[in-house]
Order: sequence, then C-alpha cells, then structure tokens
Amino acid sequence: MSLHIASEEARLEARSLEETAAGQDQSVIRLENVSVRYRVPSGGIATFKEFMIRRLQGKVEYHSVLALDKVNLTIQRGEIFGLIGNNGAGKSTLLKVVARVLRPTEGRVWVRGRVAPLLEFGAGFHPELTGRENIFLNGTLLGYSHKQMEARFDQIVDFAELWDFIDAPLRTYSSGMWARLGFAVATDVQPDILIVDEVLAVGDEGFQRKGMARIKDFQEKGVTILFVSHNMQVIEAMCQRVAWLDHGTLQTLGPAAGTINLYRQSQSI
Amino acid sequence: MQRIEQLPIYDSLRQGSAALEELTEIFQYKDLVIQLVRRDILTRYKRSVLGVAWTMLNPLGTMLVLSIAFSKAFGIQQEGYAAYVLSGLIAWTFFAQTTNAATSHLVWGGSLLRRIYVPRTVFAVSAVGTGLVNLLLSIVPLLIVSLITGISIKPTLLLLPIPIIFLTFFALGIGLIVSSIAVYFADAAEMYQIVLTAWMYLTPIIYPESILDQRYLVWIIRLNPMYHLVKLFRTPVYDGVVPGLSQFLIAAIISLTVLIAGWLVFTKKADEFAYRV
Repeated sequence: MSLHIASEEARLEARSLEETAAGQDQSVIRLENVSVRYRVPSGGIATFKEFMIRRLQGKVEYHSVLALDKVNLTIQRGEIFGLIGNNGAGKSTLLKVVARVLRPTEGRVWVRGRVAPLLEFGAGFHPELTGRENIFLNGTLLGYSHKQMEARFDQIVDFAELWDFIDAPLRTYSSGMWARLGFAVATDVQPDILIVDEVLAVGDEGFQRKGMARIKDFQEKGVTILFVSHNMQVIEAMCQRVAWLDHGTLQTLGPAAGTINLYRQSQSI
Repeated sequence: MQRIEQLPIYDSLRQGSAALEELTEIFQYKDLVIQLVRRDILTRYKRSVLGVAWTMLNPLGTMLVLSIAFSKAFGIQQEGYAAYVLSGLIAWTFFAQTTNAATSHLVWGGSLLRRIYVPRTVFAVSAVGTGLVNLLLSIVPLLIVSLITGISIKPTLLLLPIPIIFLTFFALGIGLIVSSIAVYFADAAEMYQIVLTAWMYLTPIIYPESILDQRYLVWIIRLNPMYHLVKLFRTPVYDGVVPGLSQFLIAAIISLTVLIAGWLVFTKKADEFAYRV
C-alpha cells in the first residue's frame, strides 16, 4: 500500500517536472541526488566454485563502492559540457546513467532526447565481416532499423571515405579506417545528446579535423554534447562549463578555465 | 531540429515491470537480432571451404561415429538406429549450442553494454535465432539418413514446428539463466559444459530407451525436461506417429515455465550487468 502511494507521488512529481520543462527552461539532462552504489563481494571472488565454497563457509562478505555520491547537475540544450577527474572518479559512471546503461541506486536521472555515444575504438564491429556488413550491424546496435540504415548507407561511406574498401573484411582495415567508419556510423544521424568519451584522438589529422567540424556543426544546431577527456587543452577549447568529479562527488562545477585550474592545483600537491 | 517538447524523455524513476519492458524493447530491436544472426552465420562460414555444408556434415559425422560404435561395439539392435541417433542429436545440439552461444555472446557484448543501451536479452535471443537456422539446415541430412536406413517419411513430419517451438522456449530460458550466472562468475560457463555432458548422457539420445532399467527410466522421465522435449521432436520424424496430447502438454508446461523463469531472473539482474561484464 505504501509502495503504491510512493509510486503515485513519483508520477505526480514527474508530471509537474515535465510541465516546467516544457514551459520555460531548456534543460535536457538533470541529475537529482544521483548515487550509484555497487555491491562487490570482498576479496574479488571471480569463480563460481570459490563463491560456493565461501558461501558454505559463511564467509561471503560484501562491501559497497559508491561510484557516484549525491550528484546534482543540470545541463542545458546546446551546451558542450566537460567532465574531468582522475581515473575512477565516476566520470564513466555518470555517462552510463545518462545513456541509461546503468540505473542509479538513488536519486533521479532525467534525460530529454536521444542519447548517442561515440563508441570506443572498434566496439561493435566484427573483423571477419565486410565494411558494408559492419555498417548495418553497428547501425542496428545503435537502435536504427535496417531500412533506416539502407537510406543512410551512401552518406556514411562518403563521410568515412571508404568506398574502395567497403566490401573488404574489416580485418584488412587500418586502425584509422576502423575509427573513421565507427565515427561515420555513430554521427550520421544528428542525435539530441552526444557522448564523446576520449574517442576523437583516433584517425589521422585530416579526419580528426573533419570529426571536430561535425561536432561543432552539431552544437550549432542545438545538440548537447557531453565531453570526457584527460586532455585539458581540448576540454578548455571545446567546453563552456566543466564539472570536476572526485571519488564520486562533484567537486566544482563552473566555467571551463576556472574548474580546470582548481583541478590542476589539486593535482600538483 | 525538433522542438524541445517533442523529444522523448527518459526518467529513471519511472520504471514499470522490467520483464515486460524488455519484451517491448526486444521487439523494437528486432533488426539487431537479425543482424546478429546474420553475423554469426556469415562469420562461421566465411573462411571455410565447405561453407554452410558444415552445418549438415557436422551432425552427420557424429552420427556416423556413434551408430558404428553403438551398433557394432555394444550390439544395439534397433531399426534405423542411425536415424534414431540423428533425430535426437539434432534436438540436443540445438539446445547445447544455443545455451552456450547465449553465454558467450553476452560476454562478447560486454564492452557494448557498458557504453550504449541495447536490450540485454538481445544476445540470448539472437543465439536462439542462429540455432534455429542451423537446426532447420540439419533436418535435410536427417531426412536423407531416414530414407537410407529404411525409415519412411510420414506426413507427421509437418508437426515438427511444434516441438521446435518448445525447444526454442526451453533453450532461451536456460540460456538466459546460465548467462546471468556467467556474468558474475568466470568459471560458470566451463562448469556448464560439464553439466551439459552429464545431461546428454542422462537423456536417451544415443542409446535407445529400452536399454534402461525400468527404475532409472522413471527417474529420467520425472526429472529430465530434455527427455520430454527430445522425445516430442523424435516421435513425428522417427516413429512417424502423432505424439499423444499429454506429451504435448508436458512439453508446453516445461518449456513455458523455464522461459518465464529465465526471462524474470535475467531481466531482474540485467541492470547490474553494465558493471559486471
């Protein structure tokens, strides 16, 4: 009964939130008190046998890892928003809750629009398949139908500049060609929110420029971009606002230069 | 650019039944299922000379070895023994291959699951799809062997889709359960191999039911769901008769129960996969 009331409240609250969103503000991503907690068996049990033996001995203990700790942030439409922090600070976890790969343990994630991540190098490709076959495989992984991919096929190959190799198996491609194909498939359709996680560093210089130009172009058309990088120069050049995460908590959120300075100071100590 | 009000909204608080949501999601991603099946079949045959013929030759080879071993060495006398073995073997191979593939595909998809949203059952469902293609292809050699060994092909063959559907449900259910365990423990997939081997010998596939002691047979029938499913598959092909209504009912109840259980377990755990795989 109490559960029922709680969900009813959540529903009402959800509706009021939507109304305000539709009214004035242009926020597309909202994180409210978001926490993500993993429960991990202590001592890193990796095998089933070990687990059962320890279980029988009553020795399985769990400890929880707080990957995100009550994070609040709102991102407006058309922003290029940067995320910085050391490894394990919770940047990837934050991207995951936005991309609905992970559900937050507590709090609320609210996202308006289609989220498209740029996949890491080679993810979702199969080396034995041809470029053509991989475009369809990758496109359907990103949630498009076969028909939609057929309509986009020529455009994708044009952008990737791979017409000469499109019917060769991917194992014969150079790493730059892989990256071009992946980028072309993922960005062919303009998403509402684009997640860029350290992937622009691949491909040759000419293609990197082309990729950057496409991202700039997206931004001008109102696409929101979430940008993660360890390269502070790129972050400073690309982003307006930057959030610095440390051990799952939001340290600072503000204009790029100031946040990066604070982060750098903390690193030099 | 669309107006902001028209964009779809994702709200982590609004969560219905995970099992039902997954069902609608997998339907929306049906083209991905087709692409994954295509990938499996193409990559398996691309670099082999014999190509798709392997699917037919593989069970034929196993059958040949087994029927020689059993009829000559153990002196089993059964009419059309080769066709008997092959019919059971095809059903079993479908089950074993599919449940294994469901597990390895989920682990393969790990790097994707951490990055993008795809319905998590897509790997198990596509594994079943690939298995079905292979199953249908291997019915061709089964018919040839039946004719050679003097088992006449009866119109009851047209009933085969029913046992195939039940086998599909059962394999999907088990595949989902095993793969959700394999996400947590690296050795689960290997242990499952041992279970599969034992399970195969507990099912009358390569030996006729008649060699079993009555006592053991009762237990196998009671406890082994694959006994019923293999039998339902074999009856219309090998025996050439319509299976009894109770046979259909038992197979239906077993396979649906396992499918629903597997689906519920998997979808309940699926949200955790992104930081496990």
